[in-house]
Amino acid sequence: MIERITRRRMIASLGAGAGGLLLSGCDRIGRSAAFQSVQSSAQDLTMGMQRLVIDRTALAREYSAADMSPFFRTNGNSMPRSAAYQAHLVSRFADWRLVVDGLVNRPLALSLERIRRLPARAQITRHDCVEGWSAIGKWTGVPLRLLLQGAGLRPEAHYIVFHCADDFRGTPYYESIDLVDAFHPQTILAWGMNDRLLEVGHGAPLRLRVELQLGYKHAKYVMRIEAVESLAEVGRGKGGYWEDVAGYQWYAGI
Amino acid sequence: MTVHAPEEEVELQEAGPLEPRGGDLVYRHRLSTRIWHWLNALTVFVLLMSGLMIFNAHPRLYWGEYGANRDYAWLQIGGDRERGYLRLGSLEIPTTGVLGHWTDSDGRLQTRAFPGWATLPGRYDLAGARSWHFLFAWLLVGPGLLYWLWSFLNRHIQRDLAPRREELAPRHIWRDLRNHARLRFPTGPAARNYNILQKASYLGVLFVLLPLIVLTGLTMSPGMNAAWPWLLDLFGGRQSARSLHFIAAMLILAFIVVHLVMVVLAGPINEIRSMITGRYRLPKEKA
Repeated sequence: MIERITRRRMIASLGAGAGGLLLSGCDRIGRSAAFQSVQSSAQDLTMGMQRLVIDRTALAREYSAADMSPFFRTNGNSMPRSAAYQAHLVSRFADWRLVVDGLVNRPLALSLERIRRLPARAQITRHDCVEGWSAIGKWTGVPLRLLLQGAGLRPEAHYIVFHCADDFRGTPYYESIDLVDAFHPQTILAWGMNDRLLEVGHGAPLRLRVELQLGYKHAKYVMRIEAVESLAEVGRGKGGYWEDVAGYQWYAGI
Repeated sequence: MTVHAPEEEVELQEAGPLEPRGGDLVYRHRLSTRIWHWLNALTVFVLLMSGLMIFNAHPRLYWGEYGANRDYAWLQIGGDRERGYLRLGSLEIPTTGVLGHWTDSDGRLQTRAFPGWATLPGRYDLAGARSWHFLFAWLLVGPGLLYWLWSFLNRHIQRDLAPRREELAPRHIWRDLRNHARLRFPTGPAARNYNILQKASYLGVLFVLLPLIVLTGLTMSPGMNAAWPWLLDLFGGRQSARSLHFIAAMLILAFIVVHLVMVVLAGPINEIRSMITGRYRLPKEKA
C-alpha cells in the first residue's frame, strides 16, 4: 500500500513537473518574437477571411425592445477624471466640441446640440465584451460616415482614430478602425442609449458603436476624430490603447 | 492425389491464409490518420488550455442572447480569500484549492476560476490566450476539413467507422458495454476492427463535437454574426453558443481522458506504436 502511494505520488509529481515544463515552455514560446509574428499572421488571416465572407452591407443583428438586457453594465472607465471633462459635466457639455480633423479637407468642430440635430440612426444591438459577456441595448446617434463625408476625407486617409476623455494611468484612451467599419451603416456616434441621453458611465457625451467588433473598439467619451494614413503614427503603433498596452488584437471581429 | 487431414481443411476454411491471428502485426492506421492524430494531440491541448484562460476572464455561463454579471448564470466558478466554489444552478460545490481559490507557482493566492497549470498562458493574459486560441483554431479547422474529405475519399469513414447493421442491435451494444466495463477487450482478428463503442466515440467526436465546437466558436464572433446570422438562430443566441462551446470542450476533454485510459489498459506501447508506424500487434487470443 505504502509503495503504491509513493509510486502514485511519484507519477503525479513527474506529471506535474512535465506539465510545468510544457507550460513554461509554451509561455516562453508565446513571448518570442518569431512566434508573435506567426500569431499576428494568423490574425491577418482571420481578418482577411472574415472580410471575405462578410458582405460590406451585412448588418449586425438588430433586436426588438423585448430582447433588451434588464441591466446594461458599464465597462472600462465610468467617470473620466480630467478637469476639462469635469468642467464639461458641470456645463452639461454646452462648450464641448467634437473635433473632426487629420486628413480631411474641412476640419469640423461640432457642438453636441448640432450633432443631435443631424440625421440619427437608432439600433437595438448586442454589445459583446472581449471578456465574454453580452448586453443588449438601444443606441441612437449620427452615422460616422455622415461626419466623414461632411469633413471630406482625403484619399490618403485609411484609418479613423478616436481620441477620448478618459484615461488609464494618465494615458488617454484611443482606438481606431479602418474605412470598411467607418462607413458601415451601423457605425454610429451614439449620444442616446435606451431612449435617454447617454449616461456618463456609458460614455457621455458621445461614444462609438462599431457593431461588427468587440466592446473595447467602442470608444467612449469621444473628443476628437482624426483621419490618418497609417496606424504607425498612433500611440505606440498598434492602433489602440489595449492593443498597445496589453497586446489585444486590433481587429476585434472575433 | 493427396488426401488432406480434416483438421487442415477446417483451418483453411475458417481462418483462411490471409486472416491474421493474435500476435500478428497488422497495418491499422493510415498516414493521414496518424498525422492528424499527432497534430490534434498538440492543437486540442493548446485550444483547451487557452480556452480555459479565456473563460477565466468571465467565469460565468448563460443561456440566450445576452448575459452579464447581473443576469442569471447557470454555471459560475468563483472564489475569494476564504474559499473557491463552482455553482451549477442552485447547487454549490466547494472547489477550494482547485477552482476559484488556488495558489500559483510563486505561492500567491489566486481567485481566478481555472488554476495556472491548466491555462495558457499560465498567468492571467486574455489577449495572449486569444492569440493562441485563434492561431490553433486554424490548425484544428484546416487540417480537420482535409481529414474529413480525405477519409471519405479513401473510404476510411465508410469502411472502418460506419457501424454495420448488426452492430447497432441493442443486444450487441449491451454486450460491448459489459465487456468494456469488465475491461475485456477483443483479441485476435476481432481486434482488427473498431468495436461499436469505439465507432460511436470517434464518429461522435468527428461529426458532432468538432463541428459543434467550431460553429459555436464562430457564433461568438460579432463579425461572423453579420455574415452568417443563422448561426445565432441555430444555437439560440450568442451566450447559448458560449455555453455550448464550453460544454463541447469539456466533452472533448472527457473523450481524451477515456481515450488515454483505454490506451493504457489496452497496452500503451502497442497502441502508441500503431499511431506512429501504423502497425498494430493483434492481442493474442485467450487460451
